[in-house]
Amino acid sequence: MKVSILQFPGTNCEYDTQYAFEKLGAKTEIIWHKTTSIPNDTDLLVVAGGFSYGDYLRSGAIAKFSPVMSAVKEYANNGGKVLGICNGFQVLTEARLLPGALKRNEGLHFISKHHHLKVQNNDNVFLKKLESGDVVNIPIAHHDGNYYINEEGLKELEANGQILLKYTDANGKISNPNGSTQSIAGVCNKEKNVFGLMPHPERAMEALLGSDDGITMLEGFLAS
Amino acid sequence: MKAIVNVFLKAGVLDSQGKAVHHALDSLRFDEVEDVRVGKQIILKLDETDKEKAMSRVTEMCEELLANTVIEDYNIELA
Repeated sequence: MKVSILQFPGTNCEYDTQYAFEKLGAKTEIIWHKTTSIPNDTDLLVVAGGFSYGDYLRSGAIAKFSPVMSAVKEYANNGGKVLGICNGFQVLTEARLLPGALKRNEGLHFISKHHHLKVQNNDNVFLKKLESGDVVNIPIAHHDGNYYINEEGLKELEANGQILLKYTDANGKISNPNGSTQSIAGVCNKEKNVFGLMPHPERAMEALLGSDDGITMLEGFLAS
Repeated sequence: MKAIVNVFLKAGVLDSQGKAVHHALDSLRFDEVEDVRVGKQIILKLDETDKEKAMSRVTEMCEELLANTVIEDYNIELA
């Protein structure tokens, strides 16, 4: 299992992501954004979190034109598995590889804390190690995490089982920290090979640091 | 030629910054304010004299980069 991790100027979660996947036994490689191809042996491509290009204009807006992004699109369109975490999720929506957009948090504050999430659909490689209805505890750290999709788009997400996770409390009751449409924390594309979420599973790998629920989430990719 | 691009959240998409500014104006007793929308203005200096061409190029820029049309509307003024 080989995980390639994208690095833009301003990315800051690439080493956490590397740590997380190596802990699970995967080989990893960090790919600088000026590269124009994805390593051939890549089984999963991760767009890591951070602040690509200082989030200028909009989060992810400039990163989507990085040289590596045409290769990312090609990789995704050929069925390659792509995971965008936090800023990576923003980059993937900007690149139209995922539906919707991420707006400024409703309360306007940067939110950095652990938050519970409820699994909505596990019929995909990402969450297959979890059951629908399971609640996990994963850190969130974002300013622009307010997921927006219009009504028509939302209906499609629901009909195709594309909603992955919703923000809840520990009992699985909706608890929306940032104003996201329907409290959505993560989605995938219709083909279910491109995944995006604002929370950071790669930061939930050690019980000592608050939670190791990220292990069960990321393990889904390794089992495939 | 100059192009002035204004980008705003679409009507119907909640503008939290606008809401916060409205609230602040309210506490300063500017109570005639009914609604506030916060957007951004992007000013481009163009090496182009043909207005029609400029408009079509700047529209492309908006669609590709300057606005995220999933959540934002834009308008363009040429001067």
